[in-house]
Amino acid sequence: MSLSHTDQNLSLILQLCALIAAAVVLLILVFLLSESWPVLQHVSVWRFFSDDAWHPAQDLYNITPMLSATLLSTLGALLLSTPLGIASALFTRYYAPPALAAWYRRLIELLAGIPSVVYGLWGLTTLAPLVGQLHPPGVSLLTAILVLALMILPTIALTVDSALRAVPVAYHHSAAALGLSRWAIIKNIILPAAHSGITSSVMLAAGRAIGETMAVLMVAGNVVQHPHSLFASVRTLTANIALEMSYAMGDHRAALFVAGLALMLMVLLLVSSAELFKRRSLCLQIH
Amino acid sequence: MSTNTLATCLIWLAALFVTAVFVCLLADIISQGLTGLSWSYLIEPPQDAGRAGGIGSIIVSTGLILLVAIATSAPLGLATAILLTEFSTQKSTFAQFVERSLDVLSGIPSIIFGLFGNAFFCIYLGLGFSILSGGLTLACMALPILIRTATEGLRAVPNDYRLSAAALSMTRTSALIHLLVPAATPALVAGLMLGIGRAGAETAALIFTSGYVDRMPDSVMDSGRALSVHIYDLSMNVAGGDAKANSAALVLIILLFVINSVSSFLANHWMHKRIIHL
Amino acid sequence: MKKLGIITALLIIIVFAWFFLPMSANNASPKGSLEKLVLTGSSTVAPLASEIGKRFEALHPNVRVDVQTGGSSRGVNDARTGLANIGMASRALKVKESDLLSFTIALDGISIITHQANPVTALDRQQIIAIYTGKILNWKDVGGNDAPITVVNKSEGHSTLELFLHHFGLKNTDVKAHVVIGDNQQGIKTVAGNPNAIGYVSIGAAEYAASHDIAIKLLPLGGITASVANVLNHSFPLSRPLNLVTREAPTGTAKAFIDFARSVQVNDLIEAQYFVPVAH
Repeated sequence: MSLSHTDQNLSLILQLCALIAAAVVLLILVFLLSESWPVLQHVSVWRFFSDDAWHPAQDLYNITPMLSATLLSTLGALLLSTPLGIASALFTRYYAPPALAAWYRRLIELLAGIPSVVYGLWGLTTLAPLVGQLHPPGVSLLTAILVLALMILPTIALTVDSALRAVPVAYHHSAAALGLSRWAIIKNIILPAAHSGITSSVMLAAGRAIGETMAVLMVAGNVVQHPHSLFASVRTLTANIALEMSYAMGDHRAALFVAGLALMLMVLLLVSSAELFKRRSLCLQIH
Repeated sequence: MSTNTLATCLIWLAALFVTAVFVCLLADIISQGLTGLSWSYLIEPPQDAGRAGGIGSIIVSTGLILLVAIATSAPLGLATAILLTEFSTQKSTFAQFVERSLDVLSGIPSIIFGLFGNAFFCIYLGLGFSILSGGLTLACMALPILIRTATEGLRAVPNDYRLSAAALSMTRTSALIHLLVPAATPALVAGLMLGIGRAGAETAALIFTSGYVDRMPDSVMDSGRALSVHIYDLSMNVAGGDAKANSAALVLIILLFVINSVSSFLANHWMHKRIIHL
Repeated sequence: MKKLGIITALLIIIVFAWFFLPMSANNASPKGSLEKLVLTGSSTVAPLASEIGKRFEALHPNVRVDVQTGGSSRGVNDARTGLANIGMASRALKVKESDLLSFTIALDGISIITHQANPVTALDRQQIIAIYTGKILNWKDVGGNDAPITVVNKSEGHSTLELFLHHFGLKNTDVKAHVVIGDNQQGIKTVAGNPNAIGYVSIGAAEYAASHDIAIKLLPLGGITASVANVLNHSFPLSRPLNLVTREAPTGTAKAFIDFARSVQVNDLIEAQYFVPVAH
């Protein structure tokens, strides 16, 4: 079908807008690269992984401790909040009476809107002393994991909930007609059908956990070290940028942009693996 | 005990646990924040580094930042969503490129937006620490959510609409203006609200772009402190700022709750009523 | 079709208006004579500078004082590069910064703080050094409970850290910290939430917290009680000036602001932020 003149004009304008929207990512990448260029010129990329420590003032730029802290805290938070989030979604969809489900969902929506500073503040003044009673210093990898888990739980619960909503009601009905128990229906029919939605929701949550800054800065302790236990104080990549950006200059500032690039790469990896996963599950569905 | 009963118990337990934890958290925040909350707190400017006075100018700054974000991201996001749904097939390379970039954009940590906003808007474009810089940075952040919701909204409009329009030999443009966009308006507004809700909770991206000045802004070129930055500064940098920080936190939560509720109401109820299945 | 044109035109105008309107408004409006004074730097000085700025604006309606926070090094650097009219530093200028001028507006001290319930009432210089370098790990070695010490350190770039290290002759690479904090209140909250923590923060902030039912206490240093009063009479050993920094001798508004910030007219503001005024 050929487009009329007006349509062609509109299409052009729209393409321009879409191009701008898509270009933002490239712009961000270009800026991160150009800002980190000064340090990349005379410090090889390898040194960001092999230097003895992170002391930009002494020309030492090892970011691996922060990388491991970011990965571990994200992983821990996911381990905690994925089962709880899925359980929450199942609860609202299949277990709770409608009125209760509506209230529960409202509560979760409310929590999804609480800003990270507030979670951080609460973590620092309430949670950290509790953890500190178990094992000092209180602000630690564990506290960060707990706060992050709380923060991403609403995300997981809400997105899994909408993934479950997308499963055709007929599936549920026909399985029930076969006399399957509720749990058997959920385990064998609903969850497999909502599989790709659930995975992408976990990926989304992982992205949020990796990128969380202020809350983690307040509760993780911020010592640059490879965590040797759950109670060790750690510094994540994001917290490092937030802590040092405000005064960093010269090579140090550029090194922080390198840390930003590393974060960006992690997110890219996450997004593309989610994409791969989506395609694979699509193929499976077709076969 | 059968697996079925066990699963039922576990799921109820999990829901109960989540509720308990979050009710504690909310009760904490509300009880600590409510004492300092009053009308005068909402309209007075902060005094004594925020220990006294209110958050009037901070609310205005936050509002302006969000307004800039809306004004820039709404037209851009709407246009992109229309392009993706109405003017390209999902398989076209351009559409895929745009969608992929938006996926990545939605995953970018807020601190990176802060770094980028600082380097690009503040320094490169020379906007300095200003409400404009902060708003534009947030606009970049809100774009992917906005586009995704708007795309879903447009896709939810039944194909009958498009076919009937074509049958009447309407151009796609006028079909868009008269049929599709009006039908999808709730989803578009919902997407906007959702994006703004995420942007409004932001601290890390704003500290480096809109800055620290807590005076009532004269124009969008002024630096203006956002609510979340104010909360962070009061609780981390000002002795005796906790009480006011808690009240400000409560105000922000209420604000975001209203925004989010409106968006979910629009997405769930209004949208269903709007669409007529032929 | 006309409608489409109007709508797209409107959209474009909105976008462009947001980009350009503010700039043209700044140039063309009658308030064009507005003068902006930008201060950046130390997070310790920033709240005080904001308050002084507000009072200064009230006296000079055509001046806007913009205060951006960061760290002292940032303040010094921004003053040098001209990014800021005036830098803020919560320390004296270093030797290699002698190309800049500094103007002391107030004094502050740094106090060692512990949890209120900690029975240890004083630590000598050697003990503090041993604790911060990880040679003493348990409070019982310095006369306290049998509990591991949690060492709270400041993150780099803050002058509180530099001053503390300088006073005790330490290097930051030697410090074995368990917690690293950014701003003062984070330190106070961390110590108040951990009975076995030791940290150091601005005296004013610590004294305020201790007198407002927050579970910390200030340890004396070299036998001198850590208090704002002892900073005032110069007997407290770990004190520092809060400085405004400029590249060259200030003129015009910058000079007026610095003079104002050093005058008795702002003493109440300085005291309200728990610092010690220098003007009498």
